[in-house]
Amino acid sequence: MTPDQARQLVRAELLRIVPDAAIDVIPADADLREELELDSLDFQSFVAQLSERTGHRIDEDDYGHLRTLAGCVEFLATRD
Amino acid sequence: MSGVQLTYREAMREALREALTRDDRVFLMGEDVGRYGGCFAVSLGLLEEFGPERIRDTPLSESAFVGAGIGAAIAGMRPIVEIMTVNFSMLALDQILNNAATLHHMSGGQISVPLVIRMTTGAGRQLAAQHSHSLEGWYAHIPGLRIVAPATLEDARGMLWTALGDPDPVLIFEHGSLYGTSGTLSGDAGPVDIDHAVIRRSGDGATIVTYGGTLPTALSAAEELAGEGIDVDVIDLRTLRPLDDATIIDSVRRTHRAVIVDEGWRSGSLSAEISARITEQALYELDAPVRRVCTAEVPMPYAKHLEEAALPRPDGVADAVREVVGRR
Amino acid sequence: MPSLGADMDQGTVVEWLVRPGDTVHKGDIMAVVDTTKAAVEVECFTAGVVQELLVEPGRTVPVGTVLATLAPAESAAEPEPTAQAVPEPRPATQKPAARKPAAAGPQVRKLAAELGVDLATVRGSGKAGAITRADIQQAAERKSKPVPTSGRTKVSPYARRLADELGVDLATITPGGRDGAVHAADIRATAGRPETPRRPQPKRDRVEAMRATTAGLMARSKREIPHYYLTTSVDMFIALEWSHKRNRELPVPDRILPAALLLKATALAAKAVPGFNGHWIDDRFESASTVHLGIAVAMRGGGLAAPAILDASELDLTTLMARLRDLVKRARAGRLRRTEMTSATITVTNLGDLGVDTVHGVIYPPQVALVGFGKVLERPWAVDGLLGVRPIVTATLSADHRVTDGHSGARFLDVLSGRLREPETL
Repeated sequence: MTPDQARQLVRAELLRIVPDAAIDVIPADADLREELELDSLDFQSFVAQLSERTGHRIDEDDYGHLRTLAGCVEFLATRD
Repeated sequence: MSGVQLTYREAMREALREALTRDDRVFLMGEDVGRYGGCFAVSLGLLEEFGPERIRDTPLSESAFVGAGIGAAIAGMRPIVEIMTVNFSMLALDQILNNAATLHHMSGGQISVPLVIRMTTGAGRQLAAQHSHSLEGWYAHIPGLRIVAPATLEDARGMLWTALGDPDPVLIFEHGSLYGTSGTLSGDAGPVDIDHAVIRRSGDGATIVTYGGTLPTALSAAEELAGEGIDVDVIDLRTLRPLDDATIIDSVRRTHRAVIVDEGWRSGSLSAEISARITEQALYELDAPVRRVCTAEVPMPYAKHLEEAALPRPDGVADAVREVVGRR
Repeated sequence: MPSLGADMDQGTVVEWLVRPGDTVHKGDIMAVVDTTKAAVEVECFTAGVVQELLVEPGRTVPVGTVLATLAPAESAAEPEPTAQAVPEPRPATQKPAARKPAAAGPQVRKLAAELGVDLATVRGSGKAGAITRADIQQAAERKSKPVPTSGRTKVSPYARRLADELGVDLATITPGGRDGAVHAADIRATAGRPETPRRPQPKRDRVEAMRATTAGLMARSKREIPHYYLTTSVDMFIALEWSHKRNRELPVPDRILPAALLLKATALAAKAVPGFNGHWIDDRFESASTVHLGIAVAMRGGGLAAPAILDASELDLTTLMARLRDLVKRARAGRLRRTEMTSATITVTNLGDLGVDTVHGVIYPPQVALVGFGKVLERPWAVDGLLGVRPIVTATLSADHRVTDGHSGARFLDVLSGRLREPETL
């Protein structure tokens, strides 16, 4: 998966949870959970979708990598 | 803005006057529109005011003068063709369907037909079987045409100018019983849109969809029902093609029940099309089947009491609403 | 047995005024019942045919006991006006007018016999209710073309959707009778909700309305309930390690969130320690037998809802997690069921996601307790005599001082933290 594809995927899945979110203005290193007011259920749903869409396992230990947009993109892009 | 008291026919005459004044390309032609002042007196006085080049009496040949109108439109004029009634338009159907509606497509967009045809429609004046048709629903079947049915003074006054601005053919259906209706029109009344339906009365008990000559019938029924605690939406379609689905569906979403009033015969009528659309787009909102109140499937009787019995009536509409609401 | 007085909790059947097979109408007197204060008549609230009388005269039963069963009448015929229409003075025995067979001429009777139609089941459409040939023919047709009993009830699409939304079981609805189909009004009647026209409210209005309701509730709570607060810090190390280990084996959607552990622990504490699970009604505490755990859910765009996970103390963690997820989703979409909105026996608020350390919540009347959890924070902690770092969550109990005191409150929090130290018992 290229970084661009990863970015698209993350964007799509975040919009699914927060339909009116302005993803493009979120700084790449901002904490997603704070920016978008995601609670633990939202976050789990987000991770579940990422896992499903990429077909890769994501462990709880990996959650730390998914805190920011930059982190998500890097994590997903290097997975493939 | 102060209002003016006038009749539907006077409003239509004003619309004609405005069009003839503002645009040199506009002219009116049809049987008896000039010297006689129009079969329904709509163009009374216009010949004197604008002269025989702008107000043209035609021979008794619908196919010929509608064809001429099409030709004039293609050549750059803005003709308003008056066919005395929809009944006689049958003689010009080939011109309307195969030329006016279709030339734009067949010419690959090279030809436009900015033609406006006005016709009187409907029953209720004892003109019997051959002169009482409501065929606007048939015309609404044809791609390439825009079909409008002004039911109010504002629409009678305002739809014509907008129709003349349309690069494609527009057919305006004026119900014969509406010509004499009078009311107050705002002094600055002008062109209106010909795209949307309008809710003439609001209520959440049921939705009544109608147009043209049956609008007063529906409103009368709504008044009667309000006395029983049933408040209904009455939608005036205004434009029959293309239909304003959004307004209809939005209303049905709120009320969950629909009754369509259509002066055409039930089978294969515009009401059937609307019913199908409601089912397609709002099935899971319906609490009862969609009901239709239409003209009885008979050639229109001449005898007054039989004609009245054949046409949609306020009590019939009210009964249909009671049925879908479950009070019958 | 109806409740015929504020403090009535049982009654004695004195006399039955109807028999099985009798047709009754709304308003008919069916029985005479003795309460501690007086003998009262029990009337019928629906039309039907009496099937079975379940309580014999002389027996005393609690309020709510089924006294008799009725079958819905196919066509609840209006009682025919008889010459002596004056009802006899009570409490003398009163027999409601039995349905007389309608008049049918000899030809009609012959036709009925030929077609195998029972005259008693035919409703006459002729003069004075007389049965006509057409009536017989229709009845015969209905017989030969029986309604397809594929078990399929006709339900209008809107009614079906409503039933789903309001949590009404369609199998329990009998059609209103008009056309044999179930309509929205039938669903609403069962769910006890009157029709309110659903004008699409602009989102702001809805949120404001919700805020106004919450504001009223909170003001009332502070006014009426004497709150006391207790706080404790819970070491979540063991619980989080345990769930972490479990979650490693599970796909993402099935994983248990720390929230589920906190909820289950709360539910178990509410069940174990009396005085925190129930309602304050009529100046006394009514303990609830099951724990319906209210969850405070923040809606996007503002507003708060507190629907309940029913029977939370009996659910295993996986099920609890699934219910929580479903409830929050539906709460945010505005699709909660009535039972979920009204049944909470204790509520939990703020599952620590918003970064607040401690929550001192306001109890939702008529409940008597509210549990708050702050954010799980890494904190310095004494572990085996040495300074370590542990994930600590601050749990707060807000409770009604009319029902419990600090002593029980402390026990409640003790049970709660104890459970979290033994997550395998959750």
